[in-house]
Amino acid sequence: MSEEIEKNNIALPEPGSLVLSTSPHVQDGDSIARIMAKVLICLLPAVAASIWFFRFDAVRILVYCASFCIFAEYGWTLATRQAATIGDYSALVTGVILALNLPPGAPWWLCLIGSVFAIIVVKELFGGLGQNPFNPAAAARVALLVGFAGPMTQWAAPATGSLVSGATPLGAIHAVQGSADAMAQLGAPDNLMKLFLGNVGGSIGETSALAILIGGLGLMAFRLIKWQIPLAMIATIFVFTGIVHLAAPGLTPGPLYHILSGGVMIGAFFMATDMVTSPITPLGALVFGGVIGVLTCIIRIWGAYPEGVSFSIVIANALVPLIDRMCYIRPFGWHSHSVSALNIRRGEIK
Amino acid sequence: MNSPIRTWRFHGGVHPADGKALSNSVPAQRAPLLERYTVAIQQNIGAPPKPVVQKGDTVKKGQLIAEPGGFVSAPVHAPTSGTVGDIVEVPGANGGAIPAIEIISDGKDEWGSGLDPIPNWKNTDREILKKRIADAGIVGMGGAAFPTHVKLSPPPEKVIDTLILNGAECEPYLTADHRLMLERTEAVLEGAAIAAKILRVDRVFLGIEENKPDAIAALNEKAGQYGVTVVPLHVRYPQGGEKQLIYALTGRSVATGGLPMDVGCVVQNVGSCAAIRDAVVEGHPLIERYTTVTGTPVANPGTWILRFGTTVEQALTFAGGVKARAAKVIMGGPMMGFAQTSLGVTVTKNSSGILLLQWKETAEYTSNPCIRCGRCVRACPMKLLPGPVSVMVESENYDEAEKNYVMDCMECGVCTFVCPAKRPLVQHFRRAKAEINAKRRAAKAKQA
Ligand code: SF4
Ligand code: SF4
Repeated sequence: MSEEIEKNNIALPEPGSLVLSTSPHVQDGDSIARIMAKVLICLLPAVAASIWFFRFDAVRILVYCASFCIFAEYGWTLATRQAATIGDYSALVTGVILALNLPPGAPWWLCLIGSVFAIIVVKELFGGLGQNPFNPAAAARVALLVGFAGPMTQWAAPATGSLVSGATPLGAIHAVQGSADAMAQLGAPDNLMKLFLGNVGGSIGETSALAILIGGLGLMAFRLIKWQIPLAMIATIFVFTGIVHLAAPGLTPGPLYHILSGGVMIGAFFMATDMVTSPITPLGALVFGGVIGVLTCIIRIWGAYPEGVSFSIVIANALVPLIDRMCYIRPFGWHSHSVSALNIRRGEIK
Repeated sequence: MNSPIRTWRFHGGVHPADGKALSNSVPAQRAPLLERYTVAIQQNIGAPPKPVVQKGDTVKKGQLIAEPGGFVSAPVHAPTSGTVGDIVEVPGANGGAIPAIEIISDGKDEWGSGLDPIPNWKNTDREILKKRIADAGIVGMGGAAFPTHVKLSPPPEKVIDTLILNGAECEPYLTADHRLMLERTEAVLEGAAIAAKILRVDRVFLGIEENKPDAIAALNEKAGQYGVTVVPLHVRYPQGGEKQLIYALTGRSVATGGLPMDVGCVVQNVGSCAAIRDAVVEGHPLIERYTTVTGTPVANPGTWILRFGTTVEQALTFAGGVKARAAKVIMGGPMMGFAQTSLGVTVTKNSSGILLLQWKETAEYTSNPCIRCGRCVRACPMKLLPGPVSVMVESENYDEAEKNYVMDCMECGVCTFVCPAKRPLVQHFRRAKAEINAKRRAAKAKQA
């Protein structure tokens, strides 16, 4: 206690050692790094499922993407002389989510291009974490799909390793389009069960709806995501495809098939919910999820690509400022009669 | 806990670790008489009072030493009998030096306030009671230090139907109001009855967080006879925010930029109520208050009855000094209090607590960008958008911040408490409010 003044044997704080800063003087202790670490924990079931179904391919892709993303971010901060940011784990999260979005046959250079694109182009060039308008993993998946359609659609049936084109559940839809019977077969319970567990072709981490759901519930329990986004997105897809399926049974299979296949689950829980690139208000989150759901259905049913989740997320990311403005929340004590009735909810945020 | 009336739940809020166990079971102790007090001249919001004593004057305890400088102002009284010393500068709780009157004690501690007791206040004219409250220098003792007689003089066109006593004490660590309600229960209730008479209301609620069951029980025992309804409220910061408390108790929301009286309410801190009673029934002006001296580094945390003009250093000495290294000394609570760099800061009418924090307990700020997690939006009790607004302030876009209602921010600190990016949001909003106020003043000056 050498630092304190002694006065009548009573120790007092030394004024020179006192810290001056503004209120509040306490915090709840959560940090970006802790949030990202919790997201990583919630990703574990999906990672485990990918390794279970795709064995060494999954391990290889996960290791590649995770390390490329971390190196890309570290290299960028070194080159631009900023403080290193890899300690917040966000690059690692991006790497894992990107890996889960790649097909089992993805070569190392595809992982490299995807990782560098996600970290450097989508995130760092916009100013780093917090400033990026697009979700890095979703944007990278879209870029790879557009630029490298060949390797991005080399699908393998799980655990067999033989590469086949178009063998995903969504590819199957296009193969049998026009036949209501075939569509009904796709929606048969045993087929849905396979989709739910994940024993089907697809990107390594998107096939098992069950594993993603477990992680997704974890995200909600930790309050890491706005629950409105996955809820609105999945509900919209359910209703939309349900209506289309009833109206034209030969055009598309039933709603459960859509929800359980492709990137809907991983997109709804892990990509659309990226906090940086989603609306900040709860109502905005609902609208955002709905927009992604509608776009996904339109692309899947009438678009040129069998899958549309990543595209939809990226498009919806671009709409976030607009959604935020429309879903503006008024302060406590704001009354509609205090402004012109024509001006309600015309957002103050510009 | 069952509530006697319907209550409402305000938006957002947080549950910080409350730290009240350090001091809430320690009875308040009267501080020993000091040899010297430095009484800050301005202890109220509004016009600064003017000193009315000269160096060398002898004064009695409770004698007027500075008269109000206007209607929105409050006089200051001598904390003990003795001689007037110099007008000195002491560090102010909000930074900067402020003038203070030095009183050297003669050790006799003799009363001489010149205010007659009015024990029969029930049959006394309301204006006389109001004048007494003004003369006694009573202000809002919960933090704002707004003169109480002004609050009790709503313009005639405003219909007031509810008096609300703020005993929520939602700030973590502070237990001064808790001890006061427990130990001076009848004083609080009688003061409330006097205020209710002045306002001519018969609906009086006392809002108190339910983490003070002993105080609630004590109040309930006597409340009926003073016409007060004690309403236990959920523990959630900032339950004691004025607008939040009004909403919780009446379901009325004060419009943005509005005042409680717009919705028929007047809110008084329970400490101010006890002071009203002392001023009227005893003829004692406001010269001391309950103040919590607490924090993990403090040797004997507890609540003390301190006279205004006592320094933080002396208050800490009463509490046995520190037993661990303190990183911060805060006037007030951890959410809204002000950090100090000097122990010469004096206790004033709104010093509800002196809090010491260790390094590991304090908040650290960065300038990380907002990651738009939305936690601040969910938590802000004023339903603002702290994240986006702070970005506007960072780019010095004050007009935009004003359009997004930054002026409604009450600086409660909730947004900053939850922010994972550890952005100094409150600091941004204070700056924006200062800039906007300066701009408004300039515009007004131009018009005039
Ligand atoms: S809590 Fe912090 S990081 Fe999250 S939205 Fe608010 S300001 Fe941004
Ligand atoms: S400090 Fe202001 S913006 Fe932040 S939570 Fe409190 S009222 Fe809202």
